[in-house]
Amino acid sequence: MSAILPLSLRDVSFTAGGRTIIDRVSFELAAGPRTVILGANGAGKSVLMRLMHGLLTPSQGSISWQGENPGRRQAMVFQRPVMLRRSALANVVYALKLAGTRDAGKIAIAALADVGLSQIAHRPARVLSGGEQQRLALARAWALKPEVLFLDEPTANLDPSATREIEAAIQKVHAGGTKVVMTTHNLGQARRLGDEVLFIHQGRLAERSPVERFFKQPGSAEAEAFIKGELPWV
Amino acid sequence: MGEIARSFAGAASLIFSGDATLASIVLLSLKVSLSAVVLATLLGLPLGAAIAVGRFPGRRAVIVLLNSLMGLPPVVVGLVVYLLLSRAGPLGEFGLLFTPPAMVMAQTVLILPIIAALCRQAVEDAWIEYQEQLRSLGAQGMRAAATLLWDIRFSLLTAILAGLGRASAEVGAVMIVGGNIDGVTRVMTTAIALETSKGDLPLALSLGIVLITLVLILNAAAYWVKEAAQKRYG
Amino acid sequence: MGLIARALLVFFLALPAYAQQKFITVASTTSTEQSGLFKHLLPAFEQKTGIQVRVVALGTGQALDMARRGDADVVFVHAKPLEEKFVAEGFGVQRFEVMYNDFVLVGPKSDPAKVAGGRNILEAFQKIQKSQAPFASRGDKSGTHFAEVELWKAAGVDIAKDKSAWYRETGSGMGPTLNTASGMNAYALTDRGTWLSFKNRGDLVIAVEGDQRLFNQYGVMLVNPAKHPHVKKAEGQAFVDWVISPEGQKAIAEYKINGEQLFFPNAKK
Repeated sequence: MSAILPLSLRDVSFTAGGRTIIDRVSFELAAGPRTVILGANGAGKSVLMRLMHGLLTPSQGSISWQGENPGRRQAMVFQRPVMLRRSALANVVYALKLAGTRDAGKIAIAALADVGLSQIAHRPARVLSGGEQQRLALARAWALKPEVLFLDEPTANLDPSATREIEAAIQKVHAGGTKVVMTTHNLGQARRLGDEVLFIHQGRLAERSPVERFFKQPGSAEAEAFIKGELPWV
Repeated sequence: MGEIARSFAGAASLIFSGDATLASIVLLSLKVSLSAVVLATLLGLPLGAAIAVGRFPGRRAVIVLLNSLMGLPPVVVGLVVYLLLSRAGPLGEFGLLFTPPAMVMAQTVLILPIIAALCRQAVEDAWIEYQEQLRSLGAQGMRAAATLLWDIRFSLLTAILAGLGRASAEVGAVMIVGGNIDGVTRVMTTAIALETSKGDLPLALSLGIVLITLVLILNAAAYWVKEAAQKRYG
Repeated sequence: MGLIARALLVFFLALPAYAQQKFITVASTTSTEQSGLFKHLLPAFEQKTGIQVRVVALGTGQALDMARRGDADVVFVHAKPLEEKFVAEGFGVQRFEVMYNDFVLVGPKSDPAKVAGGRNILEAFQKIQKSQAPFASRGDKSGTHFAEVELWKAAGVDIAKDKSAWYRETGSGMGPTLNTASGMNAYALTDRGTWLSFKNRGDLVIAVEGDQRLFNQYGVMLVNPAKHPHVKKAEGQAFVDWVISPEGQKAIAEYKINGEQLFFPNAKK
């Protein structure tokens, strides 16, 4: 039984610099299906994810988790991970210690093994390749076994082989029982990794449907244009 | 031109003569300035970091004030500390006037703003890169500032060396609170001032060359340490 | 916060143990220290009594002010009216005459005011003012400055009114003032001691000397413990006593630069 899901957004709007980036969005995220947030560049996907994770506060509306404050039970992986100037292992240990975990060292070693980074545990994190750093970021976020893992365009900056490694790791995360919520603008990735799609267009939730139905029978003209590749930018 | 060449020769012979008075003056200079640097670093790094990540009313005024204090005239600092430590002053009972601790105090006051202000700038710049990730991991306030300070430790070295440079070069503060007492509070800069006022310019210049060489060596050592460490930690 | 306080304490204590030996603080003048007298005189006293003498050298005015604030145990300066005022105000216990040295007028070899070789300082000052030859003054409330001002007065020159571009006040010690005088080929009044050790003479030579009015009397006083209870009365008095004793007076007379005696002991027997 989940302690923090479902997450509900009610009439959430976010304005900054005079622009409305998120416009009266409402939905509920339940445990289970892998949710992919799809949309063109500038549609507001990243802002929406940051609102859900708690880095931003809505200008209007409310975001509420079930039960008490979710704390570290929901974590996030950024498009560009920021590593501390210490070893890969130390980066994971740092996150664990922040959450007050005992045996941080042992858990961190296991977390690195989970993503196949055991060999580089003692290398300085900042000299790792882009793909390795992203896997490390994933290990760091997943080490505490959160209930929800947000991933913001996790493979946008990676080459195909690194992308494959990350996608494999994300599957593992899902298999382990964590709810995966991911933004991407890559249609193939959405089909591979998603169970349901939330399609964001110009800050509004334009459509929500299971992944296959979205691609075969898009409900809106904008979704259709997006799938056809005619809507790369907003 | 000949005078300058003679002064270089003079400096060399001073150094290699192993003159006891010179040795004790050099040692005292190092003790006073390095102590001041250590103290100012212990106080200034947390101060700079706190201002960098904190949000409070009047923050911008504080930053402007801190930056301005970098230009504190040493002789004014000396005067103020003198009035504090004088028997007629509030801290007179400790009898610290005309002693090395008084000189350390004055120099600490002088270089604290330099280290704090440069630290604040470095932390603020790094905060832009680190902020989201640290908040996401659950690091708040001073915990985040401390993590940041350690991560940018190599950039902070520059701030610390700036403080050291200022401390070893100044004469106004140590002259007033130390009294330039032969064998007790005479340091390199006050010795140079004395020889200059006695008209012995070659000796003064030679001492100056010794002082500059000393500071050069310290800076070279710091740079070498920084390079080696950066290679290891990335 | 407690960690910082403890760290501070450790650092201040780790610095050279400066307070272990007995010592007194003597406020004196830059010209006296730069003459080298103390380097010659003090070791004898320290050896005899085990008391370290720490000399803080300032201008006479500053030295007396420092003593008024209680930051010195003994005062050793050369400005009799100011010293007597110091005692009258209750800051000094008693003034004792110790020694005298003399001032000399130095000036450029070219001697624009035509005063070289003279033995009358007042005449020389009048000539300098009339010819508006450059003159470098200390202008720093020191004993030397005080003596210089008195000489202008005695020569009938109201220096505050009659000074103009030719009279340069450096606001600094004897050495820097001589540096300035040497740099701009100006006349200057200096104590003989500083002059003998001064190495940056340029074109300057002694122009006038030997006038009785150029004699410069030194006095020593114990700072009054009644005003400042923390004053090291016993050790300070020991120094005063020694300096006017036959032993101290002999040591003063023995101090020479290039074979020349600088200071002439004249403590009252």
